[in-house]
Amino acid sequence: MKRRGFNKMLLGAGLALPAMSLFRDGVAYAQGAAGGLTAIINPEPPVLVLPINQQIPTGTIGGKIYESLLSYDFELKPQPQLAESWEISEDGLTYTFHLAKKAKWHDGKPFTSADVVFSCNVMLKEVHPRARGVFDRCESITAPDDHTVVFKLKAPFGPFLLAFETSSAPMAPKHIYEGTDYRKNPANDTPIGTGPFKLKEWSRGSHIHLVANEDYYLEGQPVLTEIFYKVVPDGASRSVAMETGEAQLSQFADIEPFDVPRLAAMPNLKMTTKGYEFFSPVLWYELNLRKKPFDDLRFRKAARLLLDPKFIVDKINFGLGKPATGPIASTTKFYDPNVTIYKTDVAAANALLDEMGLKKDANGVRTTIKFLVVPFGEFWTRLAEYFRQAMKQGGIEVVLETTDPGGFAQRVSNWEFDTTSNMLYQNGDPALGVARSYISSNIRKGVMFTNTEGYSNKEVDELFDRAAVLTSDKERAELYSKVQKILVDDLPVLWMTEQQFPTIHDARLENAIDTAIGVNGTFGRARWAS
Amino acid sequence: MNDSIRTFLRQPSGLLGLAILFLVCLAAALAPILYPGSPWDMVGAPLQPPGTAGSLLGTDTMGRDIASGILHGASVSLMIGIASTIAALAVGVTLGAIAGYAGGMVDRLIVRFIEIFQTIPNFVLAILLVAILTPSISTIILAIGLVSWPPLARLTRVQVQSIAAREFVQAARCQGLGSMSILLRHVIPNAISPIIVTGSMTVASAILIEAALSFMGLGDPNYMSWGYMIGAGRTVIRMAWWASLFPGLAILLTAVAINLIGEALNDALNPRISRS
Repeated sequence: MKRRGFNKMLLGAGLALPAMSLFRDGVAYAQGAAGGLTAIINPEPPVLVLPINQQIPTGTIGGKIYESLLSYDFELKPQPQLAESWEISEDGLTYTFHLAKKAKWHDGKPFTSADVVFSCNVMLKEVHPRARGVFDRCESITAPDDHTVVFKLKAPFGPFLLAFETSSAPMAPKHIYEGTDYRKNPANDTPIGTGPFKLKEWSRGSHIHLVANEDYYLEGQPVLTEIFYKVVPDGASRSVAMETGEAQLSQFADIEPFDVPRLAAMPNLKMTTKGYEFFSPVLWYELNLRKKPFDDLRFRKAARLLLDPKFIVDKINFGLGKPATGPIASTTKFYDPNVTIYKTDVAAANALLDEMGLKKDANGVRTTIKFLVVPFGEFWTRLAEYFRQAMKQGGIEVVLETTDPGGFAQRVSNWEFDTTSNMLYQNGDPALGVARSYISSNIRKGVMFTNTEGYSNKEVDELFDRAAVLTSDKERAELYSKVQKILVDDLPVLWMTEQQFPTIHDARLENAIDTAIGVNGTFGRARWAS
Repeated sequence: MNDSIRTFLRQPSGLLGLAILFLVCLAAALAPILYPGSPWDMVGAPLQPPGTAGSLLGTDTMGRDIASGILHGASVSLMIGIASTIAALAVGVTLGAIAGYAGGMVDRLIVRFIEIFQTIPNFVLAILLVAILTPSISTIILAIGLVSWPPLARLTRVQVQSIAAREFVQAARCQGLGSMSILLRHVIPNAISPIIVTGSMTVASAILIEAALSFMGLGDPNYMSWGYMIGAGRTVIRMAWWASLFPGLAILLTAVAINLIGEALNDALNPRISRS
């Protein structure tokens, strides 16, 4: 072939490509409500057995294969899943669950109460630290008959019903795991769950192929015939895959924040931040309260007045998220908006610093502090730069320090920092995800995600402790309101924003996001609009 | 020497290089006067295109003025380029001169040592050093200096070897001059011109390495540098091309200018090119 001819051919192919992909879009879903879904997964999970590994991508795919006893609506109210109904005794000590009678494991064996007892009392206690923390509160877990399970608690625990989220307590098949080395069981390559989808093929580095579970116990579910999770490690490629319709669903941090507004505006895509209520991460600036001048409330107040959470939402996070007013996220229960509201006020901040006796020197600098930059990407770097510029208005000079991820965790957990930033999941309830950052019994040197700022207040400790063991939501709410007021006035950390994750999906995909764990849910009801 | 200067000035490319470099130096010098604030200050709305709202070259994602960043970044880039080249010259010329003049076992040892460094890719080693030592302006200079000296050492060694064998050096030796004094007074002054040329090129490559390090987020977070600006602007390139284009141009122009000067110096200092 002559070169010119070849070039013409290339040109022709180039012109034909966009047309072809448009055409393919039309074909892929011309099958009514059923049909397949192609979603993005990043990074590739190391294993799909959710009881053994609870990393985010494992939770997303494992959430289709495995289930727990309950699911939760957007207000975090428990809904039936493997448990059809449940009762709580008056004293809040006994929880009785009635299981779905038709539920079966993917290998055809029936799902029974023995599996629940084995999972909660034996297997999860060994391989799942978060589940261990909850189920260790049980005096006994028993199965009076094949479809009833009774949990007896040693003492009441308010958020006990929230412990049955899929990733928090995934049910594992007793007949496969009993008496084996859970982590080395060869069956881990072929996960067996009760969920609406089962694993067909895992082509490592390329995709994970799930197909509908024909024997699923819930009527009319699943609607989709199959789900492909494509592994796309590169951020730009993920955006392109969504743009071209090659993939129809992305979740968590798959799409870089700066690409989200663009994709959200495309007519064939929809963006939602719903479905992360269970996680509800709150972002804050953390000051090491063991050091001067951070131990002085006036300094913390001044720092808070210099900062503007709105800037972080709009400019650093491209509109994702909303300003946080305190320690508890507004998307969870027990949030109380009636707390001291801090408005950005540079003059008031300077007045507070003057009052502390921190004088400005010839260069307008009152004091120099260090900021440990979180080493997890652009977003965290911008956050550090914003902190430095905001503090400068109060004459506080901030020197940024950088480390690698290992060094970061080590320095923060060993309290070797001045200031830094942090973000924690709330896990559905203040007793599960909030208290840990403020109670003094959780000041544990060397452990990350504890009370690393070193805040200690007897009243707060007591309120959190009492609220955890109450079972009435009304009484709990009262105590949590009190604790929120105290904390917001005391500023153990400077809360900035409630972070939101974008779920971007094909505009024709329906019912996928229907619980508080959104993309980690079962997708049993997910369907294509007809 | 006058001849060399004349030859240099006769070359338009060298003059062009000088002119651009002069402008870059001017930018560095004028930065505190034209933009008295810090380049990190958020002066306007984010992502404003060039020419709007008082920002000549637009603003970046945090509302920082790109023009201010480029002017302030000039001094950082030049400082890192020159300081790390001086570090590289100090190590490279010393080791090269010792190896070339002493010969024998010492020479072989030093050459092997140089080869260790030459087998490791420059940039990878620089990343590694900065990552281990934690990024700061001094560790960056150190890292760039450490990866840039081997070519200078080899060049110096060969130059010293060939000059040390000449008659005037032997004459000096016969007159009873000490090794040190021969090396410093007779050998190195005659070997220096190609080293100057290579050294000037090293400045350009040092600026590029620093830019690449900052681009990857391994720069000193307290200094505004061009590489950092591109790295931070890269994420929004589809919305705000100016945030990465202008600092990119600044790096390009500076590197080209220094290379042009290096080429012209090479011609000017080369004794084989006639100066008639």
